[in-house]
Amino acid sequence: MENQALLERFQNYVDAENKIEAKDWMPDGYRKTLVRQIAQHAHSEVVGMLPEGNWISRAPSLRRKAILISKVQDEAGHGLYLYSACETLGVERDALIEELLSGKAKYSSIFNYPTVSWADIGAIGWLVDGAAIVNQVSLQRTSYGPYSRAMVRICKEESFHQRQGYEIMIALAKNGNEAQKRMAQEAFNRWWWPSLMMFGPSDSASAHSGQNMAWKIKRHSNDELRQKFVDMTVPQAEYLGLTIPDKDLKWNESTGHYDFGEIDWTEFNEVVKGNGPCNKQRLQTRNKAHEEGAWVREAAMAYARKQEERQAVSAA
Amino acid sequence: MSNQVYNTYLLRLADDTLILGQRLSEWCGHGPILEEDIALSNIALDYIGQSTNVYKQLASLVNDGRDEDAIALTRMESEYVNALMMELPNGDYGTTIARQYYYSSFYLLYLEQLKNSSDHFLAGFAEKSIKEVKYHLQHATDWILRLGDGTPESHSRMQHAVNGLWPYLGELFHDDETDMEAVKEGWGVSREALKTAWTNRVNAVFAEAGLTVPSEAWYHSGGRKGSHTEHMGFLLAEMQFLQRAFPGAKW
Repeated sequence: MENQALLERFQNYVDAENKIEAKDWMPDGYRKTLVRQIAQHAHSEVVGMLPEGNWISRAPSLRRKAILISKVQDEAGHGLYLYSACETLGVERDALIEELLSGKAKYSSIFNYPTVSWADIGAIGWLVDGAAIVNQVSLQRTSYGPYSRAMVRICKEESFHQRQGYEIMIALAKNGNEAQKRMAQEAFNRWWWPSLMMFGPSDSASAHSGQNMAWKIKRHSNDELRQKFVDMTVPQAEYLGLTIPDKDLKWNESTGHYDFGEIDWTEFNEVVKGNGPCNKQRLQTRNKAHEEGAWVREAAMAYARKQEERQAVSAA
Repeated sequence: MSNQVYNTYLLRLADDTLILGQRLSEWCGHGPILEEDIALSNIALDYIGQSTNVYKQLASLVNDGRDEDAIALTRMESEYVNALMMELPNGDYGTTIARQYYYSSFYLLYLEQLKNSSDHFLAGFAEKSIKEVKYHLQHATDWILRLGDGTPESHSRMQHAVNGLWPYLGELFHDDETDMEAVKEGWGVSREALKTAWTNRVNAVFAEAGLTVPSEAWYHSGGRKGSHTEHMGFLLAEMQFLQRAFPGAKW
């Protein structure tokens, strides 16, 4: 059992808006929650490379190709420093990756949807990165220092990602020809609802929310963040001339927010369970890369050992 | 200076870097370790940036209404003049590294000469690209050593990879009429003249990695004349898909 006095001191420290650092005492539950959340976030970055990477070879111009490569590369970088943030909590990256590959660990369900047209690349940047930013801006104030600092850095890059996505959508939906406009609307239809699902279950159904809010791991509720995203995105969709695929969506004068329809929670739960369009494919792809890379990683380790031995011999 | 020779010279430079960049970018998301996803994407970005600069220059010289994308992404296969090595499939990581090593060790020597070109654009291009290619070569050399001198499996894979790509090297070092004209006029580089320095460098690195330098003299060629491998059509089909499906569309 954990010492009540320590727990109280911890809570007071967090309540005073102090950041917890790696070497500070923390409740086991706090550590576990953070490892789970940061690892999920890291895995999401890594798996998220796949749907977008799917269009690198087919990007429509040299500029778009370069921007897309650089965006997917940023995601690999985000994955790396999030895995590092996890390591500050005592869990090795290899162990986390094992959990991803075995299907034990979760990652953001949004990446279990396919990118079937170029407009999906625009929609992902605009909507998925847009939703991620809403979430991550909130997480910049999370109580765990290394995670909070990683979020500050990631948010800077994510806002570039969102802009490039929106810019793709402008080229298609606003300035494009009829076929491009149709492509944009279809992509929007595909990504709108899954983007809303990114914020997780509604507050009434969210399993971890209460304690996480008290520990200030989480700073805003799922529903608050989702509403913020909808309010931010609807005017952007209108500017693009896109139709929002929700007949219940309307401005509510009295609340000052947009009302929107009920999310299909059956779909949400099925995708979380592994039944989304690409769950198996994404994991297979990650596993294939990992297996095919095994000999490379082994060689790098063997070489490093040999180098150490050689240095030891020459020093002796 | 003959415009035709100069334009061909630029096109080869641009096509080499575009096609290799296209191939390397296929690794993005599929590398053996995240750090390598980042490194290979970085290198791919450099190549695509280099090719974009050259296609832009070419577009302004040709001045026929085509921009850099139209030149890069809408030609017929036989109009691409990259060396064949660039279009070969990536293979395993060792094969990709072998190609990176072969090409960047050649390319760095080439750019170091091109820096002295009497042509302002090419000299500037070389100056800027050298910084990038030095890093590419360092990266490839590190991996040649790790894989060549790592485990028995990695050694055998690496030897297999350097053997397999060897017959595609000759094309990089061959001076044809375009190269000879460019050298004569003082703005181009003799590829053949780089061979000795290159051989010395490769011999040293391979010796350290425990790899045998292949010795076969015969080599594949044709890329410079637009005669490609069977792999090129598939590469172009992907790369050109949107440009071809929606002619004239802006993206």
